[in-house]
Amino acid sequence: MSEFAIDVRGLVKRFGDKTAVDGVDIQMPRGAVWGFLGPNGSGKTTTIRMICGLLRASEGAGTCLGYDIATEASQIKNETGYMTQKFSFWEDLTIRENLEFVARLYQMRPLARVVDETLESLGLTHRQNQIAGALSGGWKQRMALAAVSMHNPNLLLLDEPTAGVDPQARRDFWDEIHRLSTDGMTVLVSTHYMDEAERCDRIVYLANGKIVTEGRVEKIIERSALVTFRAEGDGVRALSETMKRQPGVEHVAYFGSALHVSGTERDRLEQAIAGAGRNGVVWHEVRPSLEDAFIALMAEAGADQRVHA
Amino acid sequence: MNDHITRIGAIFAKELVQMRRDRLTFGMMLMLPVLQLILFGFAINMDPKHLPTAVHVEEQTPIVRTLLTALRTSEYYDFVLETDDPRESDRLLASGEVAFVVSIPAGFTERLIRGERPKILIEADASDPAASTNAVAQAQIILERALRHDLTGPLQNLAAQPGPFELIVHRRYNPEGVTQYNIVPGLLGVILTMTLVMITSMAMTREAERGTMENLLAMPAKPIEVMFGKITPYVLVGAVQTGVVLLAARFIFGVPFAGALWILLLGVLIFVLANLALGFTFSTMAKSQMQAMQLTFFFFLPSLLLSGFMFPFRGMPGWAQGIGEVLPLTHFLRVVRGVMLKDASFADLQFDFLAMTLFAGAAVSVAMLRYRSTLD
Repeated sequence: MSEFAIDVRGLVKRFGDKTAVDGVDIQMPRGAVWGFLGPNGSGKTTTIRMICGLLRASEGAGTCLGYDIATEASQIKNETGYMTQKFSFWEDLTIRENLEFVARLYQMRPLARVVDETLESLGLTHRQNQIAGALSGGWKQRMALAAVSMHNPNLLLLDEPTAGVDPQARRDFWDEIHRLSTDGMTVLVSTHYMDEAERCDRIVYLANGKIVTEGRVEKIIERSALVTFRAEGDGVRALSETMKRQPGVEHVAYFGSALHVSGTERDRLEQAIAGAGRNGVVWHEVRPSLEDAFIALMAEAGADQRVHA
Repeated sequence: MNDHITRIGAIFAKELVQMRRDRLTFGMMLMLPVLQLILFGFAINMDPKHLPTAVHVEEQTPIVRTLLTALRTSEYYDFVLETDDPRESDRLLASGEVAFVVSIPAGFTERLIRGERPKILIEADASDPAASTNAVAQAQIILERALRHDLTGPLQNLAAQPGPFELIVHRRYNPEGVTQYNIVPGLLGVILTMTLVMITSMAMTREAERGTMENLLAMPAKPIEVMFGKITPYVLVGAVQTGVVLLAARFIFGVPFAGALWILLLGVLIFVLANLALGFTFSTMAKSQMQAMQLTFFFFLPSLLLSGFMFPFRGMPGWAQGIGEVLPLTHFLRVVRGVMLKDASFADLQFDFLAMTLFAGAAVSVAMLRYRSTLD
């Protein structure tokens, strides 16, 4: 048995003349919870689909749970749970009917008890007869997680499972992920939320089909060599536009009523802050956020080629 | 005013682009009128000629030869075989091998000359009245006109009489020529084709359109399992439809049921599977439910027109009959009419069973080749 849950090298996926994934290597140990981050269109979904055998890689090879991703897709499907980005269960079936369908496909027995237990463990029992299509976003995601994890897969691939879900539901969802992880499942979660990324053992950051950086959250922040100062006080609003134009200031962002100003060169950043004046503003240095670090890393890699609408 | 035109223009341009992008629909919009023109313009013929005929002649005389030649040159009758055994005509007609059996008894010529009005027998397969009516109606005229040439000299007085012979026509299977007897059993096939192909043609496109396809593919279900899982419920639908049509045929339209029920039900089963497999194949081709619907109609139209349901099969030119032979409805119609009206045996219909089975097998194979178990 391979020590890695996912071990892929040089994965490339081309659609026509567009390269969606461009040489991705991932070695993910069993039992880990990894975050998969990156802007929209960076190739996260395509990579996940290649790993679970739903797409054939144009180049590169590897294994998922020890099975070849090119030739052993059916074994991979038996042992992984893949939750798609868009809700992909049957909206005209009830929660229970959806779970029963999945349980039958995986030949789980005794059917009724397996379904009852899954419903119970995810707190869905009282909603089991609701039509899936009528559920709110949070409940749909919960049902989807129940459905993809009920056959006790060794690997869970969750593609933006909490997009559009309220904070409480997100928190519950993550508790559930950690519970499944404690049971021994390996979990790869793609997300846009930085607080979710910080809940992962390790994160992989993808942009334009390439891995820009990966590692533990602190390491990534450290590696970005970013220095961040926080300004608080009445004068903050007036400060934002001027700070953006100062040399040495690479990134300016609001956090509530405070302003974070970041740069990779400490001297020039301090000069800029000194020059900005201190009327009604208190400055102090803070730990850069993960988001600041990513944006800095991407700018460095020249990878942010997104076109903003 | 200008604003209106600009906005209409914008919508017009967008529709054109969308129309062009949906290749399948666009192709069918262009192909359908061509197809209809060909089918209605060339393939359909309400006055079928060259109908396969068996002859059973017990004497060879110049007069008999004259009569047979006249029938042949009329173009209604094509003599495809001769038979010595008068009982064989039953089998030939029941299996649909021939549409007519013409019998001329021994001593015909002698009795004709004696003025005793001997009999000529034409047995016609009247299960489809439209197919045989004209040929039968023409027979008397054709035969009398032919004799007029031969009855010269001392026989001239015979020609003057009204009818030197007596033409007896047996309209087999449907003596009164009731159109419903032919249409109602045929409707069973048409209803099954229409509903079953349409329903299953959406089987996979619905999953794709709703985004559930990705989920289905991510789970361990093999293509053949998905296919049979999806079409089996509709075998039950087909069974209910069959029951309804058969009961209506019996109790509302009074269509006779001459043959064995099990042969018919076996035919229904194979035919239903062929249609469901075809619908499933369509669903692997169509990108939307709309396209699936269009593919269904693209198939349904020739089935309706070239199978012998609406128009006599034997009236169509060879190429159209060739297409018709491929369609499962053609063979199903022969089975259902054969069993209900003609008491045909399984042996009589074995070719039709084989053809439907081959079609079903081919449809399943194509569906499996087209079914992609990845999202590529």
